[in-house]
Amino acid sequence: MSQKFRVTITRKAGLSDPEGSTTHKALTDLGYDEVTAVSFGRIITLTIDADDPAEARDRLDAMCTKLLANPVMERYEIEALT
Amino acid sequence: MRIAVAVFPGTNCEHDIVHALHLAGADADLVWHRETDLSGADGIVLPGGFAHGDYLRTGAIARFSPIMATVERLAGTGTPVIGVCNGFQILCEAGLLPGALVANRDLKFVCKPIHMRVESTDSVLTRAATVGQVIEIPLNSYEGNYVATDIDAIEDAGDVILRYSDRSGLVSDAANPNGSMNSIAGITNARRNVAGLMPHPERASEELLGSADGMVLIESFVASTEAMLV
Repeated sequence: MSQKFRVTITRKAGLSDPEGSTTHKALTDLGYDEVTAVSFGRIITLTIDADDPAEARDRLDAMCTKLLANPVMERYEIEALT
Repeated sequence: MRIAVAVFPGTNCEHDIVHALHLAGADADLVWHRETDLSGADGIVLPGGFAHGDYLRTGAIARFSPIMATVERLAGTGTPVIGVCNGFQILCEAGLLPGALVANRDLKFVCKPIHMRVESTDSVLTRAATVGQVIEIPLNSYEGNYVATDIDAIEDAGDVILRYSDRSGLVSDAANPNGSMNSIAGITNARRNVAGLMPHPERASEELLGSADGMVLIESFVASTEAMLV
């Protein structure tokens, strides 16, 4: 059985996010004054062979901490996809 | 005395640093990233480049190259280790140095000579320099913007060894080329045997290149490595 997951990785609050702030500035220049914050991140989708979805999620959590995200500057969120 | 210069797929500054190490009187060997035996090495350099294509994050894949387990072990026993540019990013990813490097403030690849001020001589990269000394060497990076969540602790610990400045040594936002927190250009670890910086000392290793200012850092590293052998 395989399970698909989506990992969303974003910059920790308070750390500089140059892509976000530059895009925010561009949106303001275009007249979209209602935008108060823009932040960038990355999305990784993974298909994992797993009999036990809970165990698969635990292992994915470890993958995030070890490689996929940098805990020094990033936070991540895991979603199971159907 | 021998220095191991690690080469990852995508490393591109290894010959420059070997040349600079030779100028400082050290022997240096290139070592492929799959090697795990560094028993002949008295010091280790992680040079600049784009290891593993900078995929995922700069240094994120390289940090798990086989050579890195040995680098981490030797760093833990006091062996001098330095990282230049991409090598600095790898050391941060590996947790051997605090903080991380993200995209430059203006999303510009910065490639120009910059000035930086020596903040501390208590590191393997700066021991031959003097506090307040201003060094002019090239910066060449897109992800050179230093960030850390515990910046105050890093400052209080005296881990900052180099700060971007103008040519007179004045640190200011205008003299900060990439938006690095507190204008940090280089840092060291608590034990003071691991250090990294974004600018390239090996590209300012003789007057022919426009500046020999980088040699004081290379010579510091060679002297630190020699001191370990005594």
